[in-house]
Amino acid sequence: MQTLTGIAASNGIAIAKAYLLEAPELHFTKKAIENAEDEIKRLDQAIETSKSELEKIKEHAKQKLGDEHAEIFSAHLLVLSDPELIQPMHDKISSEKVNAEVALDETANMFITMFENMDNEYMRERAADIRDVTKRVMAHLLGVSFPNPALINEEVIVIAQDLTPSDTAQLNKQFVKGFTTDIGGRTSHSAIMARSLEIPAVVGTKNVTATVSDGDLIIIDGLDGKVIINPSNEERAAYEKRQAEYEEQKAEWAKLKDEATVSADGTHVELVANIGTPEDIEGVIRNGGEGVGLYRTEFLYMGKSSLPTEDEQFDAYKTVLENMGDKPVVVRTLDIGGDKELEYLDLPKEMNPFLGFRAIRFCLENDDVFRTQLRALLRASVYGNLKIMFPMVATIQEFRDAKALLLEEKENLRKKGVEVSDDIEIGIMVEIPSTAVIARQFAKEVDFFSIGTNDLIQYTMAADRMNEKVSYLYQPYHPAILNLVNNVIEAAHAEGKWAGMCGEMAGDPIAIPILLGLGLDEFSMSATSILPARSQIRKLSQAKIAEYKDELLSKGTAEEVVELVNKITE
Amino acid sequence: MVEKTFTITSAEGVHARPATILVQNASKYNSDINMEYKGKSVNLKSIMGVMSLGVPSGAEIKITADGSDEQDALNSIAETLKKEGLGE
Repeated sequence: MQTLTGIAASNGIAIAKAYLLEAPELHFTKKAIENAEDEIKRLDQAIETSKSELEKIKEHAKQKLGDEHAEIFSAHLLVLSDPELIQPMHDKISSEKVNAEVALDETANMFITMFENMDNEYMRERAADIRDVTKRVMAHLLGVSFPNPALINEEVIVIAQDLTPSDTAQLNKQFVKGFTTDIGGRTSHSAIMARSLEIPAVVGTKNVTATVSDGDLIIIDGLDGKVIINPSNEERAAYEKRQAEYEEQKAEWAKLKDEATVSADGTHVELVANIGTPEDIEGVIRNGGEGVGLYRTEFLYMGKSSLPTEDEQFDAYKTVLENMGDKPVVVRTLDIGGDKELEYLDLPKEMNPFLGFRAIRFCLENDDVFRTQLRALLRASVYGNLKIMFPMVATIQEFRDAKALLLEEKENLRKKGVEVSDDIEIGIMVEIPSTAVIARQFAKEVDFFSIGTNDLIQYTMAADRMNEKVSYLYQPYHPAILNLVNNVIEAAHAEGKWAGMCGEMAGDPIAIPILLGLGLDEFSMSATSILPARSQIRKLSQAKIAEYKDELLSKGTAEEVVELVNKITE
Repeated sequence: MVEKTFTITSAEGVHARPATILVQNASKYNSDINMEYKGKSVNLKSIMGVMSLGVPSGAEIKITADGSDEQDALNSIAETLKKEGLGE
């Protein structure tokens, strides 16, 4: 038995066999062959097997993720049917009498080199596609198994160095009971995806891939951030008990699903969810969300070879709005840049991407991209209760410019006879300290604020949230953060507007009493945090915590803040 | 042999989805089908050949078909280009 410690990224306990998601070693040697015909047959067989696997993956992606995400697999299938690829391999085997592995490797490499040398980023990316599919064929030639997360069909725990958003999106919840990775933090994309898939996850274990072998029995403790490898019988029994208790508690929480979120002394707040795709709505409804506080639209733009069309976006927004009925849906416009890159836009690499050309800065400069999204949103607005928010706003001028574009597109649509809602609230994310400081001035122009704490904390503390060395500075309860948050809430209320929060902090059990006391109106969090938060808020007295507001805000350290919160809520 | 010239109207040129659609369509026919752009000709049944041309939006391309079902093939490609909003 061995225990690794990591970061608890998604609640719950999972017990299952390990499934290592890593590229297999594909070593081969050059051999002279006797019978070219048999060798060609062997190659064709490997190609056929690969194709039937890809068909299955494509089908799976289609059902789970929609047609768009399945398209890449259509392209992969075509590569394996490409006569310009297959014929040279056959010729090589016949004329040079080499084994299929060599014919495959040399032919594929020729194409990979050709694409890699093209002067267009998109073309260079195609080299990776060819490499991907030929690796699969090579694995079949060598008789080694090639991992396909989409094809997992027994209960497992996925072990990987890291999972990209598209990897995570391919995981089938029915079989993948949890996952654990070497790298990542609570706010990395894999962690956020795990919470929206509602599977337990522990990330940032540093060496789980090196420690675990395929088939080991693994316990993922997503509550305490532990990974137990080949547990003893006692340990396993203890965890099975904890798992049952957790499930029981979840059942308790589930009873609050249709209850309003009201504190013990009668203050009503809204508990809403962060989502990434229309598929997440199911989880929001199941967990009793009172709306969507953050719809991250960048997933529409990721894992693709080109920008999503206006209609594609319209369909996604319409689906979300319709499914939420009259409940509010706050859509954040494209927030790209920073840690979220789009290959096909070919943006230059930056020294400090988090301080660079991203989000609203990118959108105002590339207004064609931005306008497409705005039109899709405006057209969808008649299907529900839409609110639009702009990310990374640093100046009032940026907000005015973005709003002007929105109103211009609205007018254009109107002229064309397209129906657009008249009740769309327009707000901003507050992530940049300067914006939090002059929230008073912003409050006169925006309809609402949503505080994005993940970025607000990293910018205020000057600590890269991707850098584990400075993770100790990522302090949500730091008095500087609380003072900024308080400033934003007071500014909103002074102008009769509302203030929400859509960072991880909004669902944090220690932050919740503080935020309630400061008067936050809307808490947006992972869907799975909503019911525990509702249960907690129902036991808290807003007025009592508010009495300590000045004391909380005048503390010197995060530890002192936590100490006081614990004392108040005891 | 039959041939026809088209103008690519798809915003992304002949990349990604449009390339996939064209190759899938051409592969249904027995005839040899080629696409020519800027003096370079590739097999329209080859996804890698088609992508390597890097045909941008607004480009003029020539499709040639040669074989037993050449006319059907050319008609079907013309129809696909039009139907999918890729070219005319």
